[in-house]
Amino acid sequence: MSTFATNLPIEALKSEADKLFVRKRIMNFGLPLLVLLYLAYVFFAFDVAGLYEKASWKNGKTLVADSYSYKTHVTRDNRNGEVSVAIEGERKGEYPEGTSPDWVEMGQTTVIDLENGHVVTFGLKSIEYDVPGYGLIRTTPDRRKGVQAELPAGDVPDWINVSKNRLAVTTDAGRLTVTRNRSEVFRYFNGWELFWFTLDSPYYGKGPGELMGLAFAGEAGAIWTEFWTNKMWRHQDVAWAIFETILMAFLGTLGAGIVALPLAFIAARNFNPLGSVRFGVRRVFDFVRGVDALIWTVVLSRAFGPGPLTGALAILVTDTGTFGKIFSEALENVDKKQIEGVQSTGANAPQRYRFGVIPQITPVLISQLLYFLESNTRSATIIGAITGGGIGLLLTQAIITQKDWEEVAYYIVLIILMVMFMDWFSGWLRRKLISGDVKTPRKRKVDSKAKPFVLP
Amino acid sequence: MTDLSAGSPSVAEIRDDYAAQVQRKRVYGGILLILFVSLMAAGFRTADARNAGSFTDGWHRILDYPTEVLSEAWEKVALLPAHLVHFMPALIETLNIAAASTLIGAVVGTFLSLLATRGMAPWPALIPLFRRISDICRAVPEIVIALVLIFVLGGGPVPAMIAIAIHTAGALGKLFSEVNENASLKPVEGLHSVGASWAQRMYLGVIPQVGPNYVSYALLRFEINIRASAILGFVGAGGIGYELRNSMSWGQGKYDEAAAIFILLFVTIVLVDQLSGVLRNRLTHGAAK
Repeated sequence: MSTFATNLPIEALKSEADKLFVRKRIMNFGLPLLVLLYLAYVFFAFDVAGLYEKASWKNGKTLVADSYSYKTHVTRDNRNGEVSVAIEGERKGEYPEGTSPDWVEMGQTTVIDLENGHVVTFGLKSIEYDVPGYGLIRTTPDRRKGVQAELPAGDVPDWINVSKNRLAVTTDAGRLTVTRNRSEVFRYFNGWELFWFTLDSPYYGKGPGELMGLAFAGEAGAIWTEFWTNKMWRHQDVAWAIFETILMAFLGTLGAGIVALPLAFIAARNFNPLGSVRFGVRRVFDFVRGVDALIWTVVLSRAFGPGPLTGALAILVTDTGTFGKIFSEALENVDKKQIEGVQSTGANAPQRYRFGVIPQITPVLISQLLYFLESNTRSATIIGAITGGGIGLLLTQAIITQKDWEEVAYYIVLIILMVMFMDWFSGWLRRKLISGDVKTPRKRKVDSKAKPFVLP
Repeated sequence: MTDLSAGSPSVAEIRDDYAAQVQRKRVYGGILLILFVSLMAAGFRTADARNAGSFTDGWHRILDYPTEVLSEAWEKVALLPAHLVHFMPALIETLNIAAASTLIGAVVGTFLSLLATRGMAPWPALIPLFRRISDICRAVPEIVIALVLIFVLGGGPVPAMIAIAIHTAGALGKLFSEVNENASLKPVEGLHSVGASWAQRMYLGVIPQVGPNYVSYALLRFEINIRASAILGFVGAGGIGYELRNSMSWGQGKYDEAAAIFILLFVTIVLVDQLSGVLRNRLTHGAAK
């Protein structure tokens, strides 16, 4: 801060004030400008303009549409005329033999009602699609002659894609594809189908009221088993995966705390007079922190293979460095008077630590452990995606298949809920544990001390 | 608690009470400790059972992989400088991802925090909404958004940048609003009285007060984001993580490259750690020290 000399003439004072304003203005406008320039550089370095062209908006559209809707496939094998109905075209979602949803009429000819006047008929030989306002599309697939599509007269609209071997019709009501061997109709519905029960379950299609009634009639266990072993959504596996992720975070964080605490005593100036040992331990902390969870994960998964243990150990090793640093700083800040007070009663060294030191650092210790427990839940998700464990693995698997976007959406919702729950839980526990033995004014002090280390 | 008003109890009574209290405390402490230890042990056993390889079989192999990498790198130590130069652009990309996402996240986080602080928010009724928005942004792990965006936008640094920026905005939004709550509202009122708009009130009345704290938190975030962007590279978002995965999946014969990447990543993280530590110290405790 510059100070004004009071004995200056008015002119000089003015010019000095002007200079100050100019400097302030440069700071005020220069800094945002610098940020803007940097972002412009990044814009070109990352080729954002080119990305816009490269991006596959079609993928994005299917992703969004698929995350809240599902499609039912009605498939006819053109070689033998067999018709099957399956949700998402998966075996797990197939309607049992002889059953079909009410918009599909099975028989000699299969009539599929796509609503709003759209009707697809699988005949004995030919497939017909009656599009209101356009006309009748007829194909007669044959092994040798191709699909033989007959369209109404006029130009082929862009929602019909026709060639010798393939016909694809995409309308708002659904989609029909015909090849030599297969005819397939997709009809889209909103929601996550079969979320509660799969089609082969006796409880499929029953409302919540009916289910409650059955549950009270003594079938609660069976209902739960049907839901729990749902083959489509695999609720059991998902619950295990979430549990594994939280387990990784729990073991990693608390294990790191247990390992770091004794090491922190060695690294604290007021508990260890040996400078060289102190220096060594501190460099070990810096090293394990600097190597980063990514590399630890890679190294450890070579030794232990994929799974939650690897993830837990990776978190444990990385956080040992961080906790060691935080705890040793907290130990260096402890009040000497309490230790002396305990010593004056004739306490030996362990007793001095137990009653003079530990109570002082407990609030810092607990609040840090709980902060990290929450942030490590997130890390465990990420590490799980790399090593293969927990909900992270399920998520990457679902994304790799590139079609189960409703499952991806489900996992994302679960992950967000899990992290928010851990956030709330760790906050609740922190308040409970710390305000239990320390009064409010002290808590504020602890908080402000703890904050610089927060890894949110 | 002993009731002191009801006549003075004898010393023996007080001693007994005290002993009973200590006893009770010890029992509770002991139960908690046993519970904690058994939870840890059970958790460890479960994790061990669900892992591909068990801890007892694997712990002596921990050093195998690093030794392999290092010995191969040592044999080809002459190539190391060339590798370091070769991977520099990837490292710069990782740093750029971290820096850009920190900047974008900080800007968005600033707005989120100002909109979510009582006394500063232009629409006080919407404060809970903005709080929830930043909570949700904070709760999403970067990898989730990155993987989804990679599917749509293709691999490269932009999905990683967007993913990290969203998480950063949420995290900084929360920290910034804690800072805002300690800021004095008097300058804001003063500016209001002379007819300043909301943007002017915030830019001239609030930001100068909270600036140093903001920068300090953003620096901390930058440190974290470098690690995050390296990890996201590993799942296909470009930068040094991507190179690391490539050289690792080649396996033996490319370990010298992997070692070079390890070194680059390690040195960068430690350097940025130290640098931002010094800067943050200066910002919170003042330059003169």
